[in-house]
Amino acid sequence: MTTATGIPGKGTFKNGVHPPDRKEFAAEAAIEVLPTPKEVVLPVQQHVGAPCENLTKNRQEVTCGEIVGKAEAFVSAPIHATVNGKTAMPKSVTLPNGRHMLGIVIKAEGEQLEGDALYQDVFGGDWPTTGLEQYKPDQIVDAVKNAGIVGQGGAAFPTFIKMLRNDEKPIDTLLLNGCECEPYLTADYRMMVEAPAPIITGALLAARACGAKNVVIAVEDNKPLAIETLKKAAAGTDVKIAELHTKYPQGGEKQTVKAALDRDIPTGGLPLDVGVVVINVGTAAAVARAVTRGKALTHRVITVSGAGINTPKNILAPVGVTYQELIDFAGGLKPNAARIVAGGPMMGFAFGNLDAPVTKGTSGITILTEEDVAKSDETNCVRCGRCVDVCPMDLVPTRLALASRGEQWDLAKKYYIMSCMECGCCAFVCPASIPLVQLIRKGKAQLPRD
Amino acid sequence: MTETNTQNTTPAPKIHVAPGPHLQSSSYTTRRMMLDVIIALVPVLAVALWVFRQYAAIQIGVCVVSCVIAEWAFMAMRGKKATLGDLSAVVTGMIIAFSLPWNAPVHVGVIASVIAMGVGKAIFGGVGFNLFNPAMVGRAFVMLAFSGALAAPAYVEGISDALPALADFSSATPLNAIKAGEMKEIPAMMNLFIGNTAGSLGETSSLACLLGGLYLCIFRRTASWEVPAGILVAVAVICSFIYMSNPVMIANQLLGGALLFGAVYIATDPVTNPLTPKGKFIFGLGVGALVMMIRKLSAYPEGVMFAVLLMNAITPLINRWTVPVPFGGKPKPKPAPAK
Repeated sequence: MTTATGIPGKGTFKNGVHPPDRKEFAAEAAIEVLPTPKEVVLPVQQHVGAPCENLTKNRQEVTCGEIVGKAEAFVSAPIHATVNGKTAMPKSVTLPNGRHMLGIVIKAEGEQLEGDALYQDVFGGDWPTTGLEQYKPDQIVDAVKNAGIVGQGGAAFPTFIKMLRNDEKPIDTLLLNGCECEPYLTADYRMMVEAPAPIITGALLAARACGAKNVVIAVEDNKPLAIETLKKAAAGTDVKIAELHTKYPQGGEKQTVKAALDRDIPTGGLPLDVGVVVINVGTAAAVARAVTRGKALTHRVITVSGAGINTPKNILAPVGVTYQELIDFAGGLKPNAARIVAGGPMMGFAFGNLDAPVTKGTSGITILTEEDVAKSDETNCVRCGRCVDVCPMDLVPTRLALASRGEQWDLAKKYYIMSCMECGCCAFVCPASIPLVQLIRKGKAQLPRD
Repeated sequence: MTETNTQNTTPAPKIHVAPGPHLQSSSYTTRRMMLDVIIALVPVLAVALWVFRQYAAIQIGVCVVSCVIAEWAFMAMRGKKATLGDLSAVVTGMIIAFSLPWNAPVHVGVIASVIAMGVGKAIFGGVGFNLFNPAMVGRAFVMLAFSGALAAPAYVEGISDALPALADFSSATPLNAIKAGEMKEIPAMMNLFIGNTAGSLGETSSLACLLGGLYLCIFRRTASWEVPAGILVAVAVICSFIYMSNPVMIANQLLGGALLFGAVYIATDPVTNPLTPKGKFIFGLGVGALVMMIRKLSAYPEGVMFAVLLMNAITPLINRWTVPVPFGGKPKPKPAPAK
């Protein structure tokens, strides 16, 4: 393995696994625009943080981009209408992660921005890379906050909070995460290939907001075309492209920062503790759109992929559309479909209720077949240590899992259970098919706080 | 698992819900691990059959069949389904057979197997829960109970009649010759290497053990290389102090006896190893040091079995010493309010 050039990091991180990447299903599928759905349902909490307050009345006319959910708390993000139309009775929704909450219902009515016009509105036109001094840092942060932008990579943390300056912890580097290390998912890849310009503009704006001098875009080397297009788009700017050696979970924040910048984020800390802000490439594009065009986060690219779907696609869809509609747009399920996962297969949640709406953090839907998910029955741990060998956080997963199962909290703490990020490497390799991640997740939830 | 049916495709696919990750590496299962050990034992088996002929075949057959039957019987007694499919009983049987002399009576192999599966494994709760290497528990039991049949002289008694090919240099096992100070009896290095010498069935050929070790630890990575590495490092270092000017003796200590067989096939039993690479290396060092201590200081010519059992006993302690620090360092008890 060669060392990556032009970046301080070695281009890789410790441990991890190489699951089959299965990007071939949707990697060549250009982003298609979903026809406007009849109805969208906007959950009031699509982000890490406090839920929004519903601002609408029943049968109120709203336009796409109009604020319908107000963020009262600091850690929160407002929610905007994603189609033109009229509100209907809000209803309770259950998201794939198991959370129940109120959903603001909007029935589409009248003229809609659709098809190529919508694509051009989101990705087309000019994206400046110079003259960005006209946007003051505060102005950028406000625009991002008001546009309701949250992390597009999956965690959905409100983006403006990362951009706030803190004199005690100055930021020197903005790291754009384009690793997309989850198998199957290609939404970020398509965006990098088709629309690198808004990504670069967004990166420069975000860097300006948080005061970062360096801008680095981290991309895994299994995406040569994305690296090439980003390099072209970044010509004339100071944006560097870091080519990282493909390995899962490279897209984990701590792993990306280690691989690209060779900095160790302390346990329990954040990238800002080492002078870095990490945002996803899709988030950067949304930042550019919000700051330069004043548009809220209403649409996103969602991959629908896997051996269990008829025509895998990357779809530009309004937030709030149901999973069912996206699956139908991708040709529907094949008869051998066995599991539907919100997100990628390593960290995503399997769910059965296809009437659930997609949220701002939904990066994809993976439809797996019986063959993909075949698992042998759980047997005893033979302490082979494979889970230890692959854990990117240097933990002992078998100990953590069995401590959780036996509710031995002292043991779980002694082995640093809270450092687990649930990436799934351990369960991926476990020869005894022990549900390590599930057990550890349960243990983390039950661990007595002190 | 719950099942729901989606409405709009015919025939409706059955959708399952389960915790992630939703992919699993299928190339590696407990059964495959055990199969790897069996494959790695093939060169040892070949040499044993070449050197000890039908005696090896009988011994291995007896031990494997006894282990499988004992496993089934003990699991049946506990009211559980036998885990014969994972092949662990077969591996234990093979290891026991390979660690016995060619002329050990049949009942010795049977008793060693029953003790291994019962006292070594079943009473701890079956595969994965045993503290001690089951094969070595069985071996230790018969070594004490039938010391006559398993003591060093037994290895060569009647060997010239039964196996004329070995008659030339068969008056003692290599290590016993060293112990007795009969230097001229030490077999030629080449014989020690390819295995044309007296000894337990599986331990005679360094070459076979090295081949198996390469497959098991390097090619398949089923066993951890840290354990044999630790053992060989410890033995080599200690030997170079003791036999500073005698490289032949150092080579004899490394190639002779059960050291390589034990380092590759016995000490690497994952169930009884520490969990982290560092812990495994410490474990190996401990086994190597104990082997040399027993060889030099005790009445036994060989000490791999006791060394492995002793280190098995302190494996939980090694685990406690080697809890790895997570990536990012130890968590701070409370975040400092101001720097």
